[in-house]
Amino acid sequence: MGKTIAEKIFDTHRIDNPSGDINVIQLDAVFCHEITTPVAINDLKERGMDRVFDSTKIKAVIDHVTPSKDSKTATQARIMREWARNQNIRDFFDIGKNGVCHALFPEKGFVRPGYTIIMGDSHTCTHGAFGAFAAGVGTTDLEVGILKGVCAFHYPKTIKINITGILRKGVFAKDVILSVIGKIGVNGATNKVMEFTGPVVEKMSMEERMTLCNMAIEAGGTSGICYPDSTTVEYLWKFIKDDYESKEKALSDFEKWHSDADAEYTKIIVHDITDLKPMMTVGYKPDQVQEVNTEEKIKVDQIYIGSCTNGRIEDLREAAVVLKGRKISDSVRGILSPATPDVYKLAMKEGLIDIFMEAGFCVTNPTCGACLGMSNGVLAAGEVCASTTNRNFNGRMGKGGMVHLMSPAVAAATSVTGYITTPDNLD
Amino acid sequence: MKNFNGEILFLERSDINTDEIIPAKYLTEITKAALKPYLLEDLKLEGFTTKDIPGKSVIITRENFGCGSSREHAPWALEVNGINLVLAENFARIFKQNMFNCGMMAVELDKETIEEIFKIFKGLKTSIETDFPKAVFVLKSGGKSISIPFTVSEFDRSLVEAGGWINFADKNY
Ligand code: SF4
Repeated sequence: MGKTIAEKIFDTHRIDNPSGDINVIQLDAVFCHEITTPVAINDLKERGMDRVFDSTKIKAVIDHVTPSKDSKTATQARIMREWARNQNIRDFFDIGKNGVCHALFPEKGFVRPGYTIIMGDSHTCTHGAFGAFAAGVGTTDLEVGILKGVCAFHYPKTIKINITGILRKGVFAKDVILSVIGKIGVNGATNKVMEFTGPVVEKMSMEERMTLCNMAIEAGGTSGICYPDSTTVEYLWKFIKDDYESKEKALSDFEKWHSDADAEYTKIIVHDITDLKPMMTVGYKPDQVQEVNTEEKIKVDQIYIGSCTNGRIEDLREAAVVLKGRKISDSVRGILSPATPDVYKLAMKEGLIDIFMEAGFCVTNPTCGACLGMSNGVLAAGEVCASTTNRNFNGRMGKGGMVHLMSPAVAAATSVTGYITTPDNLD
Repeated sequence: MKNFNGEILFLERSDINTDEIIPAKYLTEITKAALKPYLLEDLKLEGFTTKDIPGKSVIITRENFGCGSSREHAPWALEVNGINLVLAENFARIFKQNMFNCGMMAVELDKETIEEIFKIFKGLKTSIETDFPKAVFVLKSGGKSISIPFTVSEFDRSLVEAGGWINFADKNY
């Protein structure tokens, strides 16, 4: 019987099988940010275990609240800084170089096909876009990852989601993943790996695949995962060119991380997206999705474009196409947070920042900020936000606030009219 | 190994979530000890006040305890209050994993057993003694006493014996 990609990754990384189907696997990378790591650092210190398993495999960033907004977040940042310095973690990204973890680390080439990655952050599943097994974990798992470079998981069970059809103009990866979550529900993939395959995924860029995998956790998935292919090789080439004679060689090596044709799945879902329209969420759970319906005239107070879901250069381009030559409505405020400094610089070079600012957007430094309701755009009670992020939980962007999730293009169109709409509906 | 003996706190309700166990606003705390005063601060349960917590070492509750976010602050808030054992019909997956990762125990008992415990002991000062090797709890109040066998998976058992995943991993890997 064949194996899935996740099974292949486990089988090559297993160092122990203490009992039952528990697999202790070797980690290729442990990612850290300043919200969940300081508690782990302090606990390791208290235990007299203030060490790291391999300082080159730990990547750390201050991204959630940066620059710090108060003395508590400043303390979290300080603990990260001192720890990175003391433990000689060279890949540490502080103010001026920092950006949203799940956008920054792939951009730096820290993710490779076949890798095992953990982070104390639920959207770690994003990195599965590269054909890696990447999972969010609790603090103790993070501590053991930092200390020993291992983590324990149940042997992976996989749901295969075969995305077929043609992605129409104005419909994006965000709409695809929202429709998948709407179909299977917020518990639809609990304890499972979500394998995204099929012709639509094959045509997607790495950015689009990251958007897809990013939201696997919103269906309960442990990790999202895509097969590495020539698109993956192209994206990673500048980091791997010394390891391979040619791109063809790299590709044939990467292909060992494809599932076998006779691999066993918990479930196979065929999801045809030919008739898919721009989507949005309406309630407090990410599976409460519907087509954007302009008749309802859902008024919003704030537009937020950014985050690890949709704060990458392609997302900014999609939004800028809509905003070019237009102004945002007087009734809304628009906030753009490019996900990383490189995204920001490229957007400046391409003139996108100009377009956003001319339209009336505020452009912030790269940070999570408003996505988790901590800074740079927190909602007041009763306010509504059209957002390109991944969570619409009650109070997520501010207590008493309402979040509608959508693609950058719909968010941009919404900023022009002040109510949720698609770019087609603009004059 | 942690201590799994002591007086019981009865929380007769289902779906007690992690926000009720420890509200989100305390997640910027950077030590476990700082969480101590806030345990169950927002719990909605008639007759319960946080003054009931001191002196208790075990919680017994109904279904789906620990649902909601993945925050490990929930077991920590219990731990720093001296509560290392929770008995329930079932638990949210991550909460349960986090408990055993901390060397604590989240043990499932069947519905009838939980019913029986509430019926016999609720409202009485009741203590529990855990015989871990034999996997038996002994509940006692006044003259009344009952023995309840329990099961935990082999891996969870080894985490408890090691005092948590950190110690287990440190010894084995
Ligand atoms: S952008 Fe939002 S979802 Fe992504 S890592 Fe930051 S807080 Fe989490």
